[in-house]
Amino acid sequence: MLRMHNVSKIYRTDSVETHALREFSLTVNEGEFVSVTGPSGSGKTTFLNIAGLLEEFSNGSYELDGKDVSRLNDGQRSRVRNEKIGFIFQSFNLIPELDIFDNVDVPLRYRGLKAAERRQRIEQVVDLVGLGSRMHHLPSQLSGGQQQRVAIARALAGEPRFLLADEPTGNLDSGMAASVMELLADINRAGTTIIMVTHEAALAKRAERNISVRDGRVSSGAPVHIASAATA
Amino acid sequence: MTRYYLKLGLLSIRNNPVLSALMVAAIGVGIGACMTIVNIDYVMSGNPVPHRSDVLYHVQLDSWDPNKPANEPDKPPDQVTYLDGTALLDARKGRRQVLSYRSGRVIQPEDPDLRPFEVTARSTTADFFPMFDVPFIYGEGWGRSEDDNLVQVVVLGKEINERLFGGVNPVGRTVVMNGDTYRVTGVIDDWNPIPKFYDVSNGAFNDVEEVYFPFSVSIAKEIGSHGNTNCWKPTGEGGWKAFLNSECVWMQFWVELHGADEHRVYMTFLDAYAESQKALGRFERPLNNRLHDVMEWMQDQEVVEDDVQVLLGLAVLFLIVCLLNTIGLLLAKIMRRSGDISLRRALGASRGAIFSQYIVEAGVIGLCGGLLGVGLTWFGLKGIEILYGQFDFVGNLVRMDWIMIFAAIVLAIVSALFAALYPTWRACRIHPASQLKTL
Repeated sequence: MLRMHNVSKIYRTDSVETHALREFSLTVNEGEFVSVTGPSGSGKTTFLNIAGLLEEFSNGSYELDGKDVSRLNDGQRSRVRNEKIGFIFQSFNLIPELDIFDNVDVPLRYRGLKAAERRQRIEQVVDLVGLGSRMHHLPSQLSGGQQQRVAIARALAGEPRFLLADEPTGNLDSGMAASVMELLADINRAGTTIIMVTHEAALAKRAERNISVRDGRVSSGAPVHIASAATA
Repeated sequence: MTRYYLKLGLLSIRNNPVLSALMVAAIGVGIGACMTIVNIDYVMSGNPVPHRSDVLYHVQLDSWDPNKPANEPDKPPDQVTYLDGTALLDARKGRRQVLSYRSGRVIQPEDPDLRPFEVTARSTTADFFPMFDVPFIYGEGWGRSEDDNLVQVVVLGKEINERLFGGVNPVGRTVVMNGDTYRVTGVIDDWNPIPKFYDVSNGAFNDVEEVYFPFSVSIAKEIGSHGNTNCWKPTGEGGWKAFLNSECVWMQFWVELHGADEHRVYMTFLDAYAESQKALGRFERPLNNRLHDVMEWMQDQEVVEDDVQVLLGLAVLFLIVCLLNTIGLLLAKIMRRSGDISLRRALGASRGAIFSQYIVEAGVIGLCGGLLGVGLTWFGLKGIEILYGQFDFVGNLVRMDWIMIFAAIVLAIVSALFAALYPTWRACRIHPASQLKTL
C-alpha cells in the first residue's frame, strides 16, 4: 500500500519559490491499477518522483508498503527503490551498450543476487514480455515497442510491489501501445500495483482508478467510470 | 561486483575510444616521463649489496694537509695512503678487511692468433671476494697465504674467461699478464653492483674490473694506480718507494664489522692509530676518522647527482599536469554519462555503487596508461642511452627491472584513481531523477 498524507514539495531558488505539490494526499491500495492525469506543470512528475523515492519532499508523510519512508537516508532509499519499486519510462531508458540480458540484469546486480538466480529471473521476465529469442540483442536492434517491453521486463525482474510508469506508451504507435497496455494489465492482474502517468484519456480508462492532479493537489480520485463521466 | 564494474569499465572504454585513448595517453606520457627519471634515480640510489650493506664499512683517515681539509666541509680524504692502508690491513682488527686499488694489465693470450689486449684490473686482498659476496662460476678467490707469499694468482671476469678459454673452467690454467704468469683460481659469474660501492672515487657507475690479482703482488711489481691519486705534498725523490711512503691517497680500505660494539671498538682503534701517527709527526689535523656503512657512504659521496633530483622533481610536476588533464577528461566523460548514472541510481544503485563503478573504470584506464607508460619509459631510457652512449657508465643506469615495471603500473593506477576522485564524487552526486526526463 502507498499512502501520502499532506505531502508538499517546494522548489526554492534565490528569488522564487515554486510549490510543485501542496498538501498532496493519496492512498493506493495493494493490487490497484491507478492512472494519474493532469495538465503539464500540474505536479504529476513531482508526485511520481516522490512516490519512486527519486526526490525528497518538503513536508508531510509517506508510507510505502506499511513503512514510513519519509526520513530514509540515500542508501536506504536506493535499497527500497531496488527492492520494492519498478520504473517504466517514456523513453525506455535502456543502456545502449548493454544487450537485453544485461539491461534487465542492472537492478538485480544492485540487489546482490547470485548469478544463477539472476539468470533464472531474467529469462523468466524476458520470456514473459515475448523477447526470449532476442536475449542478446542490443536495444538499437529492437523496435520501440520491443524496447519498452525490455524496460518492463527490467522493472519486473526485481519482483517489485509497485510499478511506476511514466507515459509508457508515449513514444509508441497505437498498435505497440495497445500491446504494452495489455502487458501492463496482465502484470496488474498477477498482483502488482501499478501507478501510471498518462496524457491519454483512453489509456487512463484502462486503469481501475484515475487520479486527476491540478496545481499540485489531487483534484479528483474516483473509479474510472465516474471520472470519465465527469470528463464527458 | 568488481567483475561487473570491470566489465562496465571495459565497455565504457570501448564505447568512448577517443576520450579513453586521450586519458590513457595522458597517464601513459606522464608515467613514462616520470618513470624514466625515477628509474635512473632508483638505479643510482639502489643498494648494491643488500645482504651485507650494514656490515661493510668504508674507512676514512684524516691524514690530510693541516692547513685545509681534503673535502669541504672538513671531510677527510675519500681514499687512504699506502702507509695507512697496509697498517690497517696488518692490524686485522675487523672480521675481514680489504685494501685495493684500480689498476690495469695487458693480457697476452696463449693463442698466437689473438693479439695482446688491455684489461681493467683490481689489485686487492683475499677478503675482497667473500666480504663483497662476489659470485663465482668456477673456482674461488685466493687465500691470505697467497697474499702473504706474493703468489701470482688471478681471478677472471666471465667475459675475459670467454675470450681466453671459450668459457670453459680455466681453474689451474695460467694467464700471462705483462710478461708474468698467473694461475687462475676462479671465474666471477655475472656481477656488476650499481653503484660500484667499493670504489666510488673512480666512477660510481663504471663496470667492475675484468681481472683481480693480489695487492701484494701488485705492489711488489710496482704496478701503479689507474684510478684517482691525490697528494697534498710532494712525494719527493725515490721513485716507487717514495710514492708508497708519501701522503698520497690512492687506495680504498673496507672493513667488515657486525653490530654497534664492533663498530665502536674499531672506531677506537682508528683514533688510537691516528694518535700514534700524530706522535710520528703525521695526521696534523684534529681527529677526524670516519666509518660509513655502504648506504651512508653512497650518500656521503652524493652518488645520486643533484641534477637527477631536480629532474625528478620536474618529472613529478609533469605527471601532475598530465593528471590534471586526466581529471578534466574523466569529468567530461562522466558528465556525458550522467543519464546512465541517473538511471542506475533510479534502479537501486547506491552512491557507493556508482563510486565503485567509476573508480574501477579509472583503474582500468590507469592500468592501460601504466602499460603505455612502461613502453614509453623503455623508449625514454633507450633515448638516454643513445644520447649519452659515449659515456661507458650510462649503460649501467638505463636498466629497467621488474620492480620498476611493477612500480610504473602501480603508480599509473594510483594516479588514475587519484585523478578520478573528484569526477567520481561528482558522479555520485548526480540526482537519480535529474536525467530521467519526465519521471
